[in-house]
Amino acid sequence: MHELLVLGGGTAGTMIVNKLHKRLEPTLWNITVVDRDDAHHYQPGYLQVPFGAANPTRLTRSRHAQIADGVRFVTAEVDVVDADRNEVRLGDGTVLGYDQLVIATGTSPRPDETPGVTGALWRRSVHEFYTLEGATLLRDALERFERGRLLVHITEMPIKCPVAPLEFTFLAESWLRERGRRNDVEIVYVTPLSGAFTRPIASERLGHLLEERHITVETDFVVERVDDQAATLESYDGRSLPFDLLVTVPLNMGADFVGRSGLGDDLNYVPVDPQTFLARGHDDIFALGDASDIPTSKAGSVAHFAVDVFVENFLDHIAGRPMTHEFDGHANCFVESGDGKALLIDFNYDVEPLPGRFPVPYVGPMALLEESRLNHLGKQAFPWIYWNVLLPGRPIPLPATMSMAGKHVPA
Amino acid sequence: MSTTTIGGHTLTVDQEGFLTDRSEWSEEVATALAEQIGVTLESEHWTVLSFLRAEHAQTGETPTLRRVSTGLEIPVKHLFELFPVKPAKKMAYVAGLPKPRGCV
Repeated sequence: MHELLVLGGGTAGTMIVNKLHKRLEPTLWNITVVDRDDAHHYQPGYLQVPFGAANPTRLTRSRHAQIADGVRFVTAEVDVVDADRNEVRLGDGTVLGYDQLVIATGTSPRPDETPGVTGALWRRSVHEFYTLEGATLLRDALERFERGRLLVHITEMPIKCPVAPLEFTFLAESWLRERGRRNDVEIVYVTPLSGAFTRPIASERLGHLLEERHITVETDFVVERVDDQAATLESYDGRSLPFDLLVTVPLNMGADFVGRSGLGDDLNYVPVDPQTFLARGHDDIFALGDASDIPTSKAGSVAHFAVDVFVENFLDHIAGRPMTHEFDGHANCFVESGDGKALLIDFNYDVEPLPGRFPVPYVGPMALLEESRLNHLGKQAFPWIYWNVLLPGRPIPLPATMSMAGKHVPA
Repeated sequence: MSTTTIGGHTLTVDQEGFLTDRSEWSEEVATALAEQIGVTLESEHWTVLSFLRAEHAQTGETPTLRRVSTGLEIPVKHLFELFPVKPAKKMAYVAGLPKPRGCV
């Protein structure tokens, strides 16, 4: 028997095993998934929690229940991958051998990488919303937040779901306005990049969303530390931003075992070929989802399109054929803009988000790169699709590669 | 896209003056670009520039300040001294790479 070992039973890992389970000959291949726990979180839902729009208890389901019968699910921490011996050692000392290994252990926020963040103000006036616990505590903090200065801050790229900080800012602005507190709250968006929007067309078409809402932007802010005595965010170039409530997006890093195993870069992401996801220097290790270093957004949407391509390539690879299916970096995301509206963006490695209609060219019904209620409803409907269509590996009528049809490039 | 002439070199650039064709970059071009932003290139600058170009060639992305700092074991504070004010953007500009960016 051949062993396919998948580390991580999240969005990417679950889709991979459910799709490959249908395609691999069961008398030839065993499939095993390892995860540290049995709680699969619908992570896009975290964004709604601080505003009371999602019940934290309803965002989590059992991991193994999402995984096809016939796939073995093991609950354990991964200690180390020994690539020379084709073995993975688990936290309890168990050793699992593999013929093909897929690393799909994602990325996670590391607030302790920035001095002062997890100090005296942590979870009091310094919050994050990239964990269910953090989003729930932020909900309580927002409820108490009557007036003062709100900083929404990104530490460093890349981060998981890179539009979420903007979405949080828009949702917070509209939430505060609905409660009559907006005039008493100053909102500042703090980014290490040169603007809230950095792509020319998105920047031109969406820049007004921040201006209209009187959200100021602090750009090129490279954070050095949080001063928890003064309650300020300090940058390397000497800027000091006072806050009453700091919502920070901490540095994101891949799993620690990736670093321990010598398979990662400085942030524990596995360097891979961006078309095939084969780890550089290996022919039996792949990295999918947020765990790899591919230059596109760390998002479930990317994982979904990437898995479609990966499955075909993997079947070629184990049959000794060259991998001819190339991933183009396709991503497709709803972006909440507040007041019950959302934007939709569709892009890839080479093409920035453009205006147009989606999914049917010229018809829609969704509008790309502009606000609409329908886009918001699309985002609201998405959890059902996630649990019932995407994770089980059922086909959805969207091509894995991006289409230029129905998009227009402004002159 | 448009073309511009800097230090006698004709270069294809985007709206903000960043090179869009990596093959047009050379050490002479880098020196001319650095002059535009008031930086005189010395050996430490060149170390940073070669790191940026090598990383971009491998990953397809301009490395972040943190990555340059850990990769070369240069404190972030010192990168601010080498390329004062907005070092991430300035390093990319001189290295002939896109500025660090998000997805929108």
